[in-house]
Amino acid sequence: MFLGFTEEQIRRYSRQIVLPGVGGKGQKKLLEAKVFLVGAGGLGSPAALYLAAAGIGKLGISDSDTVDESNLQRQILHHTHDVGKSKVVSAAEAISEINPDVEVVQYPVRLSSENIMDLITGYDIVVEGSDNFPTKYLVNDACFLTGKPDVHAGILRFDGQLTVFIPGKGCLRCIWPDPPPPNMVPSCQEAGVLGVLPGIVGSIQATEVIKLILGLGKPLVGELLLFDALGMEFYKAKCNRRHDCTLCGDEPTIKELIDYEQFCGIPSEQFKALTI
Amino acid sequence: MGPEKISQRGEKVESMKVNRVINLKGEVCPYTFVKSLLTLEEMEDGQVLQVIVDYLPSVENVPRSLKNEGHEIVSVVQINDTDWAITVKRLAWSGEE
Repeated sequence: MFLGFTEEQIRRYSRQIVLPGVGGKGQKKLLEAKVFLVGAGGLGSPAALYLAAAGIGKLGISDSDTVDESNLQRQILHHTHDVGKSKVVSAAEAISEINPDVEVVQYPVRLSSENIMDLITGYDIVVEGSDNFPTKYLVNDACFLTGKPDVHAGILRFDGQLTVFIPGKGCLRCIWPDPPPPNMVPSCQEAGVLGVLPGIVGSIQATEVIKLILGLGKPLVGELLLFDALGMEFYKAKCNRRHDCTLCGDEPTIKELIDYEQFCGIPSEQFKALTI
Repeated sequence: MGPEKISQRGEKVESMKVNRVINLKGEVCPYTFVKSLLTLEEMEDGQVLQVIVDYLPSVENVPRSLKNEGHEIVSVVQINDTDWAITVKRLAWSGEE
C-alpha cells in the first residue's frame, strides 16, 4: 500500500513527497539513487547530510584524511569527539544518525588513476568536494570517460564556484584546460575559508544532485555559478563545451587518466588550494 | 429522495464508479493528504478514489490540497457520527514525467 513506503518513510519524506514533480515516484528514485562523494570535508559535509536526509539510497564517500581540530570550523559532518577518527568513518556515523535508510560505503583512500574507475563504477552521479586540483581534474576526466555527471565545486576564502558537468556538454578542461601551476595557488591553510561558505556551496551541490535524480528543473549545466559571500552576490558565467577541449572536444588528446602529482613531479601538498 | 449530487464536471455522483477506497481513520494531517496523493499516484487518470477520514481538519484540508494538485473533488460527505468520505477523481498527477 502507498507505493510500498513504510509508515516511517511516509512521515520522514512527507514534505518532499508532496512537492510538485516529486511525489512517491520521485521519492522512489531518490531511494534508488547511488551518489559518490569525493571528500568528506567542507563541501562533502553539507552535501552528504542533505543527500542522506533526502533519502538517497546509497552514498559512497572517499577521503583518506582523519578529522583534525582545524576541520571543525566548517566540516559539519564531524564533531569534537571525532578528532583523530577516519573522516569516512565519522561521516558514516553522522549519516546513519540522520537517516538509517541510507547505505554508506566508506573508501578511506586518496583517489588516483589506479582506483577511481573501480570506485565510481556503480554510482550514478559524482559530487566533487576535494581540496586539490589533481583530484578535481582526475574526477573530471574519470566522469567524462565513464559518462557520469560531475557536480563540481570549489571554495576559497569568501568565494565559491560550482557547476554541473554532463559528459558531452562541457567539462572542467573546457574552462581551464590544465590545473594551475602549484606556485600560483595559495594553500588552504594559509588562505583560509569562511566556515559557512562550503555550507552554502555544498548545499547547492546537493540541490543539483537531487534535481538530476528527479529530472526536475534546469540543471546548472553550461554555466559556472560564482558566489561572493562578502558582496552576497551570485553571478553566472557561460561555460559551454569547447570544440578544442583536450578531453571532450572534437579531437581529444587526453584519452586516459592523469595523476598530476606524478605527472608534474610535485608533492600533492603543494597543490592544495580549493576547499577542504 | 434528496437532490442529486453533481460533480464539478456535471456528472452524477451516484453513477460514478469508485475504483479504490482507502481507510485513513486514525490518521491526521498532513498524512491523510500524503497517503491520498500516493494512492492517486498508483491509479490512472479518470479513476475515482474514496478516502475515509475521521480527523476533522482533514475533511477540509484534504479536498483543498487535492484540488490544488489538479484533481477533481467529486464529493465530501459525512457517512456516520465520526467518519467522512472524500471522493476524488484523478485528473493528472503533477509528479508524472
